[in-house]
Amino acid sequence: MNFDYDSEQNDLREAVRGLLARAYADSEQRRAVVGADPGYDEKTWARLAEMGLLGLPFAEEDGGMGAGPIEVAIVAEEIGRVLAPEPFIETVVLAGGLVAAVGTAEQKGEILAGISEGTTLAVFAHAEPRARWTPSAEAVTATQRGDGWTLTGVKEPVPSGARADVLVVSAVLAEDGAPARTGLFLVQGDATGLTRTGYRTHDGTRAANVRFDGTPAQQLGGNGSPTHPDRTAAVERALAEARIAYGHEAIGAMDTALRTTAEYLKTRKQFGVTLNKFQALTFRAADMYVSLELARSTALWASMVTDAGGDVVSAAERARLQVSRAGRHIGKEAIQLHGGIGVTAEYSVGHYTSRLTAIDHVLGDGDWALGRLAAKVDSYETVDPLGAPYA
Amino acid sequence: MRLQLSPELEAFREEMRTFFTTQVPQEIRDHVAAHRELDKEDYVRAQQVLNAAGLAVPHWPVEWGGRDWTPLQRHIWREEMQLACVPEPLAFNASMIGPVLAAFGSQEQKERFLPKTANLDIWWCQGFSEPDAGSDLASLRTTAVRDGDDWVVNGQKTWTTLGQHADWIFCLVRTDPTAEKKQRGISMLVFPMDSPGVTLRPIELIDGGFEVNEVFFEDVRVPAENLVGEENRGWDYAKFLLGNERVGIARIGATKRLLVQAKEHARAITVDGRSLLDDPFMAARIAELENELVALELTALRVVADSAGGKQNPASSVLKLRGSELQQAATELVVDIAGPLSLASFADEGSDVPDWARAATPHYLNYRKVSIYGGSNEVQRTIIAGSILGL
Repeated sequence: MNFDYDSEQNDLREAVRGLLARAYADSEQRRAVVGADPGYDEKTWARLAEMGLLGLPFAEEDGGMGAGPIEVAIVAEEIGRVLAPEPFIETVVLAGGLVAAVGTAEQKGEILAGISEGTTLAVFAHAEPRARWTPSAEAVTATQRGDGWTLTGVKEPVPSGARADVLVVSAVLAEDGAPARTGLFLVQGDATGLTRTGYRTHDGTRAANVRFDGTPAQQLGGNGSPTHPDRTAAVERALAEARIAYGHEAIGAMDTALRTTAEYLKTRKQFGVTLNKFQALTFRAADMYVSLELARSTALWASMVTDAGGDVVSAAERARLQVSRAGRHIGKEAIQLHGGIGVTAEYSVGHYTSRLTAIDHVLGDGDWALGRLAAKVDSYETVDPLGAPYA
Repeated sequence: MRLQLSPELEAFREEMRTFFTTQVPQEIRDHVAAHRELDKEDYVRAQQVLNAAGLAVPHWPVEWGGRDWTPLQRHIWREEMQLACVPEPLAFNASMIGPVLAAFGSQEQKERFLPKTANLDIWWCQGFSEPDAGSDLASLRTTAVRDGDDWVVNGQKTWTTLGQHADWIFCLVRTDPTAEKKQRGISMLVFPMDSPGVTLRPIELIDGGFEVNEVFFEDVRVPAENLVGEENRGWDYAKFLLGNERVGIARIGATKRLLVQAKEHARAITVDGRSLLDDPFMAARIAELENELVALELTALRVVADSAGGKQNPASSVLKLRGSELQQAATELVVDIAGPLSLASFADEGSDVPDWARAATPHYLNYRKVSIYGGSNEVQRTIIAGSILGL
C-alpha cells in the first residue's frame, strides 16, 4: 500500500501543470477565455490532445494511451488548480468512458480516436429538467424505426452541449409492456430534429438545452443478446468514475483557494497589521487545511479503488461526500477570509468557489451521497478501506 | 500508488489480529469493550502478555526490545490492538519515558529502567503540567536546586494521569531560573513516587472517576544520577517525547470499534416498531461519522506510508486534531442512541438499563479530555497555521 506517484506519474503531473500554467497564467486569462464561446480555448484543447491527454484512459488500439484512473486523476487535479475550462472530464471520462465501455469496435475506433486527436468533442447528454442524479433516463425516449432509432424529449443541462460534435444520449427504451430500461445512443451534432440552445453557466463553463424531436440516433453498442440491453449499470459506473475525477478537480481547486487565502492573510493589512496576526482568521485557515487533506486522502483512495478493480460506485459515494463537505467549507471560507474582494469577478478566489459549487451539483452533492451510504449502513459491521469490497 | 497491503503486510496484520484476540485475557478485553475502568493489575497483566511476545515496545531501539518495524507496521499493530480491545501499553512507559531514556539516558539508566519499563514492573507517571503551565508548558515553576549529590525539588504538578498507581515519576523541573529563554532552564529528573516529600491528591472528574491527580513536592531529595541527559536540556527531551507517536494519538481503531458498538446498540433499540438504525436520520449520522473516520484512516495511512521515507508528511498534524474530534463525536453518538437510558449512568447492579447505556455519558464526559491533552486542538491549529500555511 502506498500513496505515492511513480516517476512517470510525476512527470505527467509536471507536464500538465506546465501546459496549463502557460494557458492560464492568471485569472484574467481565464476570464477572457470563458467570456467568449465555446467557453474554453480550442488551442489549449489541441495541446492537451497533442500531449495525449484526451486519449489517456482509452486502449491503445482505439487511439488512446492505455493509462489508468490515477493518470486521469492527475490531469483533473491540475485542471482544478487553475480552473481550466476545457471539458476534459465531460468528454474523456463521461462520453469517452461510455463509448469505451459499451461501444462496438467500430464506434470505439471512430469516436475514441476522434476524442484522442482533439477533433471530436463528445459529451454525455444525461441530465433532464425533471430528474435529479439518477443513473437512468426518465423522459427522453428512444423508438426503433426499421434499422435505426429516433429520440424524443429534452436533455438539460448538457455540459458543452451546443459545441459538441457528438452526443452520447441516455434514453428510455420504449417498448410496449416491457419494464423501462435505459439505452445509450449516439447523435451527431448536425442531425435533423436536433435543437441546441447553449448558455453560459455561473462558473464560466457552457451548458445547453438539447431538444430531440424524432432525431435519428445510432444505438451505442452492438445488437447483441439481449438486443437492446439496459445500460443503467454502465451509466452508473461512468458517473461514479466521473464523480471521482471531479473530486480530483475539486482538490486542485481547493488547494489553490487555500493557498490564495493564506497568501492574502499574510499580505493584506488592516488595523496596522497583516491579517495573519488575527487568530480568529488563522484558525479558520487551519480548519480549511484539515478539510482539504481529508478530502484529498479520500479522493486518492477512490482512484486507487478504481485502479484495483474494487467497488467504484461505493468508493465514489464516499469520495463525493467528503469532497462535497470540504468544497463547501473551503469555498465559503476562502471568500469570507478575503472579505469583499472575494465576491468580485475581478479577483480569482470567488471563481474557485463558483466552480466548486458547480462540481458539487453536477453529479450528486454530499447529502445525496450520504443518503446512499446511509441506506447501506446496516449491511456491514465496519468499513475497511483496504479490504472488501474496495480492494 | 497501490491500494492493497503487500502479502507480507497482510500476513503481519493477520498475525497481530490473531495474537491480540487469542492471547490477551478475554476478561480484560471485555472490560475495555465495555468502557469500564481497568484496575492496575489488568494493565500490568495485559502489558506483560504483550511484552513476553515482543509486542509491548516495538518502536524502541532493537537492543531494548524494539522490532525495527516500518511506520506502517506500527500503525497496523496499534490499530489491531485497538480493534481487539487490548489495553495499549502504558503510554507513560512505552511512548514517553522509555524512548527518552533509550535516546538520551545514560547506559546505567537504560539498564536499570528500560527492561522494567517495557514489562510494566515500574509504573511511570508524567510530571509535566502545572496549575499555571498547561498549554504553555515552558512556564513551569517547579524547581530543582543542587545540594551536594542531590537535587532538591519543590513545587507542584497536576493532571498526573494514573499517578495513584505510579512507582516512579519523570518530571520537568526548572534548574536555571536565570536562563534567558524559559525553555533553556528546564531539566528532566526521575524519582520514586514514595520519596519523602511527595504527596498525591486525586482529582475527581465529571464522570465520577479518579484518573488524574495533583502531585506536591516538598524538599524532595533526588540523587544527581537521576538527571536524564544533560542539565537544562529537559525541554528538548520533552519535545522529543511529545512528538513521538503523534500518529498513534488519532486512535482510529478505537473509534472504529465504538462505531461498530453504536450500530449494535441502535439495532437493539426500538422506536415506533422499528430499529433505531432504520431511522434515516440516525443512519445518516452514523454513515457520515463512518465516512469521516475512513477519511482520517486514509490520511493516517498516507502519513505512515510516507514517513517511511524519513521526513514526516505535514498532514500528520491533522491526525491529533481530527482524531480527537471523531473520538468525541462517537461517544456523543452513543449517548444519543441511549437517549433516556443514559441517565442511569450511576445505577448499580439492580438496574435493568444495559451496561453500555450506563457507561455512555461518563465516557462522553470523560472524553472531553481528548481535545485537550497531548497538545490541545487549539495548539494543533496554531501548528497547522504556522508551520504548514506559514501564517
